[in-house]
Amino acid sequence: MVFAELYDKIYLSLIYADRWKQLFQGLGVTAEITLGALCVGIVLGVLICLMKISGNKPLQWIADIYLTVIRGTPMVVQLLIMWYFVLVAMDNKVLAAIIAFGINSGAYVAEIIRGGILAVDYGQTEAGRSLGLNYVQNMRYIVLPQAFKNALPPLGNELITLFKETAIVGYIALKDLTRAADTIRSATYSPVALFTAALLYLLVVLILTRLLAIFERRLRASDKR
Amino acid sequence: MISVENLCKTFGKLQVLNGVTEHIEKGEQVVIIGPSGSGKSTFLRCLNLLEIPTSGKIFIEGEEITDPHHDINRLRQKMGMVFQQFNLFPHYSVLGNITLAPMKLKKMKAKDAEDLAMSLLSKVGLTAKANVYPAQLSGGQKQRVAIARALAMGPDIMLFDEPTSALDPEMVGEVLKVMADLARDGMTMVLVTHEMAFAKEVAQRVFFMDGGKILEQGTPEELFNHPQEQRTKDFLERVRDCK
Ligand SMILES: Nc1ncnc2c1ncn2[C@@H]1O[C@H](COP(=O)(O)OP(=O)(O)OP(=O)(O)O)[C@@H](O)[C@H]1O
Ligand SMILES: [Mg+2]
Repeated sequence: MVFAELYDKIYLSLIYADRWKQLFQGLGVTAEITLGALCVGIVLGVLICLMKISGNKPLQWIADIYLTVIRGTPMVVQLLIMWYFVLVAMDNKVLAAIIAFGINSGAYVAEIIRGGILAVDYGQTEAGRSLGLNYVQNMRYIVLPQAFKNALPPLGNELITLFKETAIVGYIALKDLTRAADTIRSATYSPVALFTAALLYLLVVLILTRLLAIFERRLRASDKR
Repeated sequence: MISVENLCKTFGKLQVLNGVTEHIEKGEQVVIIGPSGSGKSTFLRCLNLLEIPTSGKIFIEGEEITDPHHDINRLRQKMGMVFQQFNLFPHYSVLGNITLAPMKLKKMKAKDAEDLAMSLLSKVGLTAKANVYPAQLSGGQKQRVAIARALAMGPDIMLFDEPTSALDPEMVGEVLKVMADLARDGMTMVLVTHEMAFAKEVAQRVFFMDGGKILEQGTPEELFNHPQEQRTKDFLERVRDCK
């Protein structure tokens, strides 16, 4: 009796009208936004970080304002402002979400990269500069490659955080995994789709965590080569 | 070749260099000794502007490098520096460490840079390690690669800041040998070291630094055997006691 009811609910939420496909399409959108935003975030983060450590006052000032505003306001609000006011001319919601999340993530990546740079022994810079490399060359060939390596583990965490945080894109009516599940919920009055979504999120997070751990181990091994 | 006029350097309130005036000839090998904190490293690092002097002038081959308009990077290409902690680039192979600067700064072709690197490696006795990463080298090998790296830009002057101080005793010799070879080839060298025997052997002149000044200087024979200043005598005595 109970099982029959449960089966009905599962059938209605996932199998009827191929609703499970909506969930996976939603997961695809979530993944797209996450990866896109991470790329934007890394480029922006490196840029902001370099501005912050440049020693150039106006550049530092711009970087500080960016960091303060982005980290001091809710992501949802940033997303809404982005979609309804800044990118009004844009009709690609996924791209808009990538930009909004990328700008947000950039602030956190900037701090991660800065930590990575600070962890590079200052002797490296002295050696590079003493050979005659200028500031930019020294950053590019000596410091940043090592800084990135230091930053990879926290960047992996940022990826996982981003992946979960994108769940709010429903606010601009984007059909990501969460929104797809919620749409099914309102059509079926059953929580099955939401639980399935939660399970999918969890599964991806676990897989990513595992991959990052392996990756980190490889990285540490390569330190000893 | 190197002229220093009334060089001063302060860190905050700490006066580290206290008016150093000195001249070093082309092809000369100068050893700097002195107690810890006397400003030896700071003096050396001022010569290639890793530290910016607070006041005073430095001339390298007649050019005033302390002039704010002087191109620091071009100057540094002509001055190699070797550090106590080696500071090899861990993400490049031995070959990569040596070829980086010639390729990026002199636009040397990869093949030519590698040929150059191999000839430098044979000079320091490490051709077998060309494709190895720094983490796989012993301290002495690291320092020899660091010397080869500094030589790759074809410098006119080599600066050494306690190049053997971080080494296990059994590795000191191999590094000193490379440096002695360089000295024999007529490289202008300024060397901070506690290796008194080596200083006696290769140096034309020895500077004794104390309190941010060159308190006394002379040939190794003069300075080690007939020091004039009491502080020099005390220092030499302390160093000998340690042995
Ligand atoms: N970047 C810096 N900032 C502040 N103080 C510094 C800095 N570099 C050196 N000092 C100080 O300047 C003084 C001289 O330092 P320096 O490294 O030149 O001495 P040294 O003669 O090389 O000593 P050692 O034999 O221990 O290497 C020391 O008291 C040191 O603490
Ligand atoms: Mg020193």
